[in-house]
Amino acid sequence: MLAQQLFNALVLGSVYALFALGFTLTFGVLRVINLLYGFYVAAGAFAALVAVQSLGLGLWAAGAFGVVTAGLVAVVCDFLVLTPLRRAKAPELSSLIVTLGGVLLMNSLMQIAFGAEVRRFPARLLSQDAIAIGPLLVAPIQLVIIATVFVLVAALFWFMERTRLGTAIRAVAERPDTAALMGVNVGLVVSGVSFLSAALSAAAGILIGLDFNAVHPYMGEPMMLRGFAIIVIGGLGDIRGALVAGLALGFLEVMTAGYLSSNLKEAVAFTALILGLWLRPNGLFGRASGKRA
Amino acid sequence: MLTVHALTRAFTGLVAVDQVSFTVAPNTIHALIGPNGAGKTTLFNMISGLLPPSDGTIAFQNADITHLPPHRRSRLGMGRTFQNLRVFGEMTVLENVLTGMHPRLGVAWPLAVLRSPAARNEETAGLAKALNLLRKVGIAEQARRPAADLAYGDQRRLEIARALASDPALLLLDEPAAGMNPTETAALGDLLLELRREGLTILLVEHDMGFVMRLSDRLTVLNFGRKIAEGGPDDIRNDPTVIEAYLGTKVARRLAAGAP
Amino acid sequence: MMTTLDDLLWSYQSLIYGLGTNAILGLSMYAVLQLGQLSLGQAAFMGIGAYTGALLTLKLGLPFPLVLAAAAAAPALAALVIGGPTMKLSGVHLAIATIGLGEVLRVAYINTDAMGGALGLSGIPEKADFSIIFGLLAVILAGFILASRSKIGRACEAIREDEDAARVMGIDVSAYKMTALVISAALAGLAGALNAHFSSFIGPNEFAFETAVSILSFAILGGVTTPFGPVLGAFVLTALPELLRPLHDFRLVFNGLIIVLVVIFLPRGILGFRIRRTGKPPPC
Repeated sequence: MLAQQLFNALVLGSVYALFALGFTLTFGVLRVINLLYGFYVAAGAFAALVAVQSLGLGLWAAGAFGVVTAGLVAVVCDFLVLTPLRRAKAPELSSLIVTLGGVLLMNSLMQIAFGAEVRRFPARLLSQDAIAIGPLLVAPIQLVIIATVFVLVAALFWFMERTRLGTAIRAVAERPDTAALMGVNVGLVVSGVSFLSAALSAAAGILIGLDFNAVHPYMGEPMMLRGFAIIVIGGLGDIRGALVAGLALGFLEVMTAGYLSSNLKEAVAFTALILGLWLRPNGLFGRASGKRA
Repeated sequence: MLTVHALTRAFTGLVAVDQVSFTVAPNTIHALIGPNGAGKTTLFNMISGLLPPSDGTIAFQNADITHLPPHRRSRLGMGRTFQNLRVFGEMTVLENVLTGMHPRLGVAWPLAVLRSPAARNEETAGLAKALNLLRKVGIAEQARRPAADLAYGDQRRLEIARALASDPALLLLDEPAAGMNPTETAALGDLLLELRREGLTILLVEHDMGFVMRLSDRLTVLNFGRKIAEGGPDDIRNDPTVIEAYLGTKVARRLAAGAP
Repeated sequence: MMTTLDDLLWSYQSLIYGLGTNAILGLSMYAVLQLGQLSLGQAAFMGIGAYTGALLTLKLGLPFPLVLAAAAAAPALAALVIGGPTMKLSGVHLAIATIGLGEVLRVAYINTDAMGGALGLSGIPEKADFSIIFGLLAVILAGFILASRSKIGRACEAIREDEDAARVMGIDVSAYKMTALVISAALAGLAGALNAHFSSFIGPNEFAFETAVSILSFAILGGVTTPFGPVLGAFVLTALPELLRPLHDFRLVFNGLIIVLVVIFLPRGILGFRIRRTGKPPPC
């Protein structure tokens, strides 16, 4: 029983970690709390759904389609909405609000386009039969989640460390002005980060859509709140922190639901957040890049 | 007036200020000099209360203020300007000075909000005093302009007027002459001398050696966070450790070996 | 026919009262924003006030003025408690922590039967009326305007521009921040109770994330350089969905679009002007 719970926690935590990763990337580099981030969860899920239903694509192809589409939408949205503010050197608050307006706009557009009722991925995409692995009963989707998250996170780390764009992104995250002076194409970096983070968000959305068998325009909202908690606990802009905090939150939620009460599950994220801010305001590893001297 | 004893500030991996002790005598101009990175601004930040010391004590007017919050030190009579100009840009010049006067505006806040006669009188008196201060530093004509619109040199003078608004006993000036041309620097020097004549004590950090030597009664020299010399202008001018700190060992030796 | 007319008046009355309470919420946001503090707990405080007020009326039948006073005091007390730790936070951390407060409380309300659980509290008598709501708004607004033009206004602006410089000028920044938080909480609680007493129903989901950001948008839209800003912002953003009602689903689209456009093109909000903080101009 405990082993099963732990496994479920791993699965949930992986999705949270994936989501938080993109969110913290956006914050770490672009220095904005981008409320649109939650929108890409739904955008990716719907794009994948359309790919399956209208284009007849299989699981992985549809997933890739959803992820790329969401990334491109993000590049456009972020460009339209955030670039003018960045040029005007507006305060953080303005970015928060403008993305609020943006997410209001985009969510309602999506609702008009797709309707508010809950959709489902067709069952044929993935086997629904549980597999017995030792004492555990594992659903195929859970394996897909763990594998996907693992691969994406590894790919992200490789990208950040080994490619030019990745290095450029890290440079801009540290010191945007110096990076620009060094010839880094900041515009390209910003677009790259928009794309990457939205892709991660979309991936999380597609996985959630498959796991809970529900896709609807506002599915990103509950994730956003948890995302806030995770990135603050993990340390704003800290990738390792986001991973650890995401997994930890998944663990806490599953344990709370299993052993205390599922009603309290909702409060776990924010209680952890408040405790985290109180005890370790610079994140788990003390490397939050929020404020500089 | 001000005594700093064994004051130390350590950051992880760096000791910015290391066991520095000195005393500023009342009604004198005391200068803190040293190469860049010697720890002068860190020292200032500890004295004015913006940075807690890792060790050591600070006494002001015979009271231990080591752990006193900055706004209380201001009320006790410490005024300060900043190296990197921190005027309140969106407020007018006059409002900046009035803000500096805050600790001396004693009317209780409900009366201030309701604009009672006592509050209005205090404000009027405050305005008059603020204008006088602006005249003294020479920027009275700009009283109603937003502070951010002022020329650099004028903003520096505004900072001084703002610091003077609370009738301080001790004025801490962090590089007041930075970015000023010779005429402006000379005018600033005259202003400081006049302030000393009026009874003020001044502790200043400055790189302009001519300025410092002309004005100071006493100098304390820092290098790498430690005090390496202290004394009057002539003592410091000829002190080999100071010369070495500024110009490097080779030049120091050459100067010592060659002619004075 | 008469029932439709009654319904019509009733729904407009709701809108008009909503303009008033949202304006008070806007001012509650202003109280902390004018110090440059991104404290977004207004929705949470509003909830505390709403529930306090509703419970006192429903269970104890206390007279309305007392209920309002208690509804302002309860969140103020809560603010005193959380004020200490939050003081150490700034910017984004503070924003997220205070939004989180609303979420935690939401779960608490859902799980407490005495507060109606997930269904909330209904049947709250309609005790709030036009003169009470707008009378309070006028007094509060006047208070803010008067304070703005005094040394308090200068101190607040100084804190907003540069906290350390303000400290060195003798301003007790911590005291100001705490006071602003308490005032913000009291105003939000007041608005919450007023709201409860004309919409006759409150539920746990009304005082969480969306509401918090919505209140923030009142202030941003209107601008925070004067107290009139958040009031105007509240009026506009409250009336807009009603005015756009014929557009059905598109009204949220427009709502969002307006917020985006205002932030990008009118960065200081609609009312970008500054209040002069020296009272009479000096004879120069």
